[in-house]
Amino acid sequence: MTLTRPRVRGIVGESIIRPDGPPKVKGEFEYASDLWQDGMLHGATLRSPHAHARIVAIDTAKARALPGVRAVLTHADLPTGQLFGLMTSDQSPLARTKVRFIGDPVALVAADDERTARDACKLITVTYETLPPITDPIAALQPDAAPIHDSGNVIDAVRLVHGDPRASADVVVEGEYEVGMQDQAALGPEAGLAIPDDDGGVTLHIATQWLHEDLRQIAPCLGLPEEKVRLVMSGVGGAFGAREDVTLQVHACLLAIATKRPVRMTYGREESFYGHVHRHPARLFYAHGATKTGELAFVHATIVLDGGAYASSSPAVIANAACFAAGPYKVPNAEVWSVGAYTNNPPTGAMRGFGAVQTCFAYEAQMDKLAATLGMDPVALRMKNALADGDLIITSQPVAGSEPVSEVIRRANALPLPADGRASALELPGGAGNLTLGEGVVRGVGFAAGFKNVCYSHGFDDSCDARVRLERDADGPIAYVHTAAAEVGQGVVTVQLQIARTELGLERVVVLNADTNIGSSGSSSASRQTWMAGSAVKAACDLVNAELDLRAHDRGIPRDRIDALLDTPVEQRVTYRHTPTEPLTAATQNHGHVAFLFAAHRASVDVDLGTGLVKVVQVATAQDVGKAINPVAVIGQLEGGIAQGLGLAVMEEVILKDGQVKNASFTDYLLPTFLDMPPVVTDIIEHPHPDAPYGAKGVGEPPTISSTPAIVAAIRAATGRELNRVPVRPDDIVFGTVARSDWAVVPGTDPRTATRR
Amino acid sequence: MKLTVNGAPRDAEARDGESLLSFLREELALPGSKNACEQGECGSCSVLLDGALVCSCLVLAAACADKNVETVEALSTNETLHPIQQAFLDAGAVQCGFCTPGFIVAARALLASNPEPSDAEIREALSGNICRCTGYGKILEAVHAAAKARA
Repeated sequence: MTLTRPRVRGIVGESIIRPDGPPKVKGEFEYASDLWQDGMLHGATLRSPHAHARIVAIDTAKARALPGVRAVLTHADLPTGQLFGLMTSDQSPLARTKVRFIGDPVALVAADDERTARDACKLITVTYETLPPITDPIAALQPDAAPIHDSGNVIDAVRLVHGDPRASADVVVEGEYEVGMQDQAALGPEAGLAIPDDDGGVTLHIATQWLHEDLRQIAPCLGLPEEKVRLVMSGVGGAFGAREDVTLQVHACLLAIATKRPVRMTYGREESFYGHVHRHPARLFYAHGATKTGELAFVHATIVLDGGAYASSSPAVIANAACFAAGPYKVPNAEVWSVGAYTNNPPTGAMRGFGAVQTCFAYEAQMDKLAATLGMDPVALRMKNALADGDLIITSQPVAGSEPVSEVIRRANALPLPADGRASALELPGGAGNLTLGEGVVRGVGFAAGFKNVCYSHGFDDSCDARVRLERDADGPIAYVHTAAAEVGQGVVTVQLQIARTELGLERVVVLNADTNIGSSGSSSASRQTWMAGSAVKAACDLVNAELDLRAHDRGIPRDRIDALLDTPVEQRVTYRHTPTEPLTAATQNHGHVAFLFAAHRASVDVDLGTGLVKVVQVATAQDVGKAINPVAVIGQLEGGIAQGLGLAVMEEVILKDGQVKNASFTDYLLPTFLDMPPVVTDIIEHPHPDAPYGAKGVGEPPTISSTPAIVAAIRAATGRELNRVPVRPDDIVFGTVARSDWAVVPGTDPRTATRR
Repeated sequence: MKLTVNGAPRDAEARDGESLLSFLREELALPGSKNACEQGECGSCSVLLDGALVCSCLVLAAACADKNVETVEALSTNETLHPIQQAFLDAGAVQCGFCTPGFIVAARALLASNPEPSDAEIREALSGNICRCTGYGKILEAVHAAAKARA
């Protein structure tokens, strides 16, 4: 007799409908900003209007007297002096002696309704003694700069020395580059609901990327043990790095504990710009040397990242910028300084691409310059220098396991180009503005490749817990999967579902909501959650299967008589850890990373030379994902990441003047719309990594890394302009504006030794 | 204030200066319309007001007396999704989903007036809605698929 199992639908490799999809299309999915509890109060935050000032006095009497106000809190009400921060604890939940950026939280109000809470904030009088703000990160790094924090203005300085940096070359090209401040602009505003518990603790419903890291930071700031603070994942309306930091978490809990009432906090869009960290703006100084035949001889780079007022994840961004400073190429000799500065600008931290975005813009521009100098085709130059199996990156770590760099470059370049013409005048630069009928419009094509680490690097103890419970109910066997992995829209719930179905051979799988009743999954960041949560769920399923095998063997029951084996549930829990990595060393020569992700992009643009307006016509991309667990979701990550790369290339920038954000709204901070985003042509490469689940390495970040430089390269090809700064503005195209810092920096030297020009 | 919301007569009080978005979410407990920019730039709060597509964050609730409002919540019954909703699911046009209700309402307005829109017409009609996750490609597919399903 042959036993045939019914085919299980929705397994690894199929494009399936996400389980949170139906409530999302119906408008029933509960996002954090939809949280509601009868009798809840509404919280609001008073923020600093000064970039740098001492707090002399705070008078809250008028605010307290406003009818409907239930609590007004300042630093004097904080239960402890505890500071918080993702990697460095350097920020007080409410400013104590100093404010360090425009938007620094100073006081909190809880009131019966949101309007009363905001009105009460306006009745709080804070007396400040203003201090000169430092907003130029290179100036902030100089030894004579006034310290913004007691520790000084250097968040971290990473030096990397590879081979012999003094090696000579036949040709050398130099360049200075600048990357503006990008906002993650997740559509869902920051929001949470804190509910006081009878034991003196608090339960916080919150939209976050990393529940357990929030818990680690929140509990000490509340003066509570971690057991008394419970976190429950609420619906997340996009993240892209911005939800890795604590924003209103501590504030909502403080107000709930003070009032003994549930308190909801929701930022509006303007406050969201002040409330969360942004992508690090960067100044980059590069020199590339090569032989006459186009082999890279050396890379020298100095990278200055503006960390803003508080460190957030800057140390890791700084390290990443150094490690990936030379791109996915064989570079025998390199010297890199990557330094992050405290300034009085808004704080910066994680955003998709995390340090690799800024450097890719610079090194890919350098590769094009080199190709032009050598008279070589830019794609051929990249192919010639592409990392291959066993080659060392500039940290002396070999690429191994999955490293199809030349294949990624070749296949991206082989994708079909767009047609020459346009279907309608709407597709010209300026669109419905009708600024041109096609005269003065030039097509340009540009190419770029990039790479980045997946998972956490440099010795971080990176783990993910998973629990899988298999039981029997009236309808037969059913499995419950529980992790704390944050579903931020990317589809990690679907990935867990598909893996459990595949491993258990069972379609009835439920992925439970993430909370702190299970161990950490780590962050939904660093493109790591498919690898980490995927591996953990797979390992837990393996243990469940092993126990079923054992039961079948012990009882003499066939293994496929699953009902008979499940008289009691099977539950297994694992903590998955990836291969350990080495910590940073003095010269940054070590095996600091788990594995690498590669992508390449080719962009085609139309530029109106008269107005400087750009229409991106097509982006073609090849990306190695190891294995596409859910192919439709992979394409969604590629297309969505390219949209953010396009935004950085031609429109998105948080504009600052003396530390003040000048465009804290979606009217003034320009995001790509349907009309800005061109068709994307994708070629998904599946080159499995032996250590990843099914070989699936991760997807999310590479689309944002090399799409930006590819688009700018295309604009350069169309215009002949230098374009050393993103986002590219019409002025840069029409007038040939070039960005220059006030500093003379020799590439590869410490920016703390820079001299003013 | 009396008005019709999703086919049912409603009688509720709007606060001074309250937007239709806030009125729907806070007074009528209809949170499907989303609050992302609150100044008419992102379309997450799109509703139909007497059949016309509007950003409910820009409409005064008080101006909706005796009018007919349709939100995303009107589109499906418990069991059956509207073809546009189904098409968004099938195409993979939903990631975080915060923009999705607004896109679905806007797509419904488009298909009501133009049952077979071209790529360019879809892009133009939905250019008032911002999606930060998908890059719009799958949304384009979904609207075409919905048009086909309704034909």
